[in-house]
Amino acid sequence: MAIDTTKCVGCGDCVVACQTENNVPHGYCRDWIVENVAGTYPNVEIELRSERCNHCDNAPCVRCCPTGASHIVEGGIVMVTHEECIGCGACIESCPYDARYSHPEGYVDKCTFCKHRIDNGQLPACVEVCPTKCLYFGDLDDPNSDVSKALQNRKWKVLAPEAGTKPQLYFLT
Amino acid sequence: MKEELFVSGRDIPNIDPYLNIWHWQIPLYLFLGGLAAGILFFAGYYTILRKEKEMEATVKWAPFLAPFALVLGLFALFLDLKHKLYFWQLYTTVRFTSPMSWGAWTLMLITPISFIWAASYIKEVFPKWDWKFDVLNRFEAYIIKNRKGIAWIMMILAVILGVYTGILLSAFNARPLWNTSILGPLFLVSGLSTGLAAIMLMSKSKYERKVVSRLDLIMIAVELFLIIHLFMGFLAASEVQVEAAALFLGGDFTAVFWIFVIFLGLVFPAVLEVLELRGYHIPVWIPAVLILIGGLVFRFVMVEAGQITRFLY
Ligand code: SF4
Ligand code: SF4
Repeated sequence: MAIDTTKCVGCGDCVVACQTENNVPHGYCRDWIVENVAGTYPNVEIELRSERCNHCDNAPCVRCCPTGASHIVEGGIVMVTHEECIGCGACIESCPYDARYSHPEGYVDKCTFCKHRIDNGQLPACVEVCPTKCLYFGDLDDPNSDVSKALQNRKWKVLAPEAGTKPQLYFLT
Repeated sequence: MKEELFVSGRDIPNIDPYLNIWHWQIPLYLFLGGLAAGILFFAGYYTILRKEKEMEATVKWAPFLAPFALVLGLFALFLDLKHKLYFWQLYTTVRFTSPMSWGAWTLMLITPISFIWAASYIKEVFPKWDWKFDVLNRFEAYIIKNRKGIAWIMMILAVILGVYTGILLSAFNARPLWNTSILGPLFLVSGLSTGLAAIMLMSKSKYERKVVSRLDLIMIAVELFLIIHLFMGFLAASEVQVEAAALFLGGDFTAVFWIFVIFLGLVFPAVLEVLELRGYHIPVWIPAVLILIGGLVFRFVMVEAGQITRFLY
């Protein structure tokens, strides 16, 4: 997924859409907005980011899961099988982005890129609902996908690459 | 340049503003695991050296604590699980990349061995003990005959268990304070030291206490050495680790770490032990209890402080 930080207005629609689509319990969220304010007045610059699980290529949460509940499915999405999760919290500790949370029912939950929607040929709820169309989703290996096209000729960054997890959320700057 | 981060739409229990997913259960589990590892390691070691007579508390009595410590520790781990009904999933696979997994398996192996070890000495502690069943008597005879072999297995598993208590934390590169390979040896040595403290408390022989105190002094010296290395490593590393070290060098954990862990948990008991070895009369329980408390506080501090440290982006 690619996120255009210059288009994002921080409205939070993606957060609400996700909570509704995925029945996220009250007080929890799978995606969130970060406002990065840099500089001193009057020279201030704001970067707005819609963040979520980075579906890391080298995912520490998958590596440290003792049961295999956290796993990578074909296509690169990191998923958690609720019935295999024992709620040990190891994956929550291992995620540099704090993208996971402990669901009140016990298991660990996080962004799934709305896999249930993708399987039906739809886009993730957050991408669908974004009023500025600043979220791009698709297969990064396919040069014709929305996300690959969005990344062409643009400068981008990933978050905390030094954590070594090979994150797969690309922030266009 | 000033930079500020605001996060909106997010206030998740136990994660924001600071991660606090692991509460008291995990440090207690690490402490009890280390304690049992220490006790079983030295029981095995002195059995292999054939010093059962001189080191009675080490070989025979202290190991009675180990099964209790391990079962309590496993229970603490169980309490930590949020999806308890599914805990058996832990034992359906072995995942070598997950310390939580191979640690749980090590515990699954060493706990029964610690029970067997204690049971094989039960007749020496309670001379009237009767196993009631012939099978058990024959099993006991078999164990007693093969004690040395079991001692070897126990010693190796104890080392794995001791190192595991540190690696469980150091495997998380997301938490800069934990992400150092020194944590494995450091927790092992600290575990051995708490094991020795427990032995000291139980021993009645002067000779044995002397041997144990000397060993413990070595452990404390190694521990201090490793802790200095830990901080040197942090201070020479990336920004996130410099900040992790700052928690102990002026930050929130400075007082509790330097007073309870370093001074009362290591330096002061070491001084008392030296004085004792020099012939002064000091009740053994004082250094021993201080070491045990220091070890426990150390694990609490490391688990809690580690969860506060994070990558900045
Ligand atoms: S962002 Fe966190 S939860 Fe998502 S794949 Fe990476 S490490 Fe795992
Ligand atoms: S909490 Fe669940 S998904 Fe996370 S590491 Fe433990 S078992 Fe795996």
